[in-house]
Amino acid sequence: MSEPVRISAPLTDAVVEKLKAGDKVLITGVMYTARDAAHKRLIELLNAGKELPLDLKGQIIYYVGPTPEKPGEVIGSAGPTTSGRMDAYTPRLIELGLKGMVGKGARSKEVRDSIIAHKAVYMAAVGGAAALIRRSIKKAEIIAYEDLGPEAIRRLEVVDFPAIVVNDVHGGDLFLQGVEKFRRVS
Amino acid sequence: MRQVSVKDITKKVRDLCISAACDLEPDVASAIRSALDKEESALGKEVLGQIVENFEIAGREHLPMCQDTGISVFFVEIGREVALDGSLEEAVNEGVRQGYKEGYLRKSVCHPLKRINTGDNTPAIIHTAIVEGGKVKIKIAPKGAGSENMSRLKMLKPAEGVEGIKAFVIETVKEAGGNPCPPIVLGVGIGGSFEKCAILAKKALLRPLGTQNPDNELNALEQELLGKINDLGIGPMGFGGRITALAVHVEASPCHIASLPVAVNIQCHADRHKEVEI
Ligand code: SF4
Repeated sequence: MSEPVRISAPLTDAVVEKLKAGDKVLITGVMYTARDAAHKRLIELLNAGKELPLDLKGQIIYYVGPTPEKPGEVIGSAGPTTSGRMDAYTPRLIELGLKGMVGKGARSKEVRDSIIAHKAVYMAAVGGAAALIRRSIKKAEIIAYEDLGPEAIRRLEVVDFPAIVVNDVHGGDLFLQGVEKFRRVS
Repeated sequence: MRQVSVKDITKKVRDLCISAACDLEPDVASAIRSALDKEESALGKEVLGQIVENFEIAGREHLPMCQDTGISVFFVEIGREVALDGSLEEAVNEGVRQGYKEGYLRKSVCHPLKRINTGDNTPAIIHTAIVEGGKVKIKIAPKGAGSENMSRLKMLKPAEGVEGIKAFVIETVKEAGGNPCPPIVLGVGIGGSFEKCAILAKKALLRPLGTQNPDNELNALEQELLGKINDLGIGPMGFGGRITALAVHVEASPCHIASLPVAVNIQCHADRHKEVEI
């Protein structure tokens, strides 16, 4: 396994352009959490011509709905959820400047195309590794939709958050390339 | 008759909810460790290494191994000599309520259309059976949505036979790709009726990993399917690799002469199950 690439968030075009499908990355900086319900509300705001509760420029959204934190702790267990459920909403957010997404599983063609067109990156964290990933989250603060509980939008501060690049700006796709390498049947 | 108090059931269910979320059973832990030894893909090894590290942390620090602590599925066997002093359903649901609150587990159950969270992870899914004897046996298998959503059921034509079954199972795994958090365990239910094959598939998942199917024909089918699934190359988390599935478990039951129902229940590597006897 090659050495991980350390990146800081929010992201810039220069950083995103260097990442390739299959790269192991460690993210340090700020990420925002959002799942289906929060995405739906963001898109409804946009449709109504209203302002979003966060500026998406350069940001990474982490698809996660953590377990409740015990008293005095930063966050509960916090592994990725299936990204495909956000596909319908994602291209709009990428157009607004969203640069990175972290989740698990494959993305739709629209999302992959949008990643290439607007220089973004889709990364996967290891699904189910929620107690391990939790360790890289140093601070968590709800910034919107508290009523959604685990689905509220949180601002996270992370140090060495582990992820793997799946879809890069150059059209690389880890799911296609990886499976191709190990498939034994046609 | 043997008196069993529903309060006792509630207490046991509460504890089961918490321990199932945090402590991976040894059969699953050892299957994942041996997958780590066998995996040839470097990224696949990295993923499996993180999975092992994760369940070790979860067990040690008493944290949920996955944030999706699931919908609570129970199989309850009640000996026919047992007399309960109240409602089993209420007792189990109260145990879930307490376990999810006091264990800081994520409440992941909502109204199907309004999508409003019930707030306490109830109602639980409870399958009951009356058996011989004077004991109550409770098995819990909390189920996350990532893998449950990739599960499928199909009413095949009898003419499609076992080849049709194999094709359907493999197509289901292929379509699921990395979504159900591979390495997965497959529960396959064959026969029965529409609902029976789904329950068979779910029950098949409860058989401990590493045990053989006592039926030779089904055992051979399990081995063949496992080989074919691992030849797909999906690998840990779908990043490519040799280990897509840890095991395939098949359960079969007679069905109508004109039907061949097949259900494929996909279970992720966070294969949580626990049982207790009262
Ligand atoms: S599929 Fe399993 S391991 Fe993956 S996120 Fe869901 S519950 Fe967790």
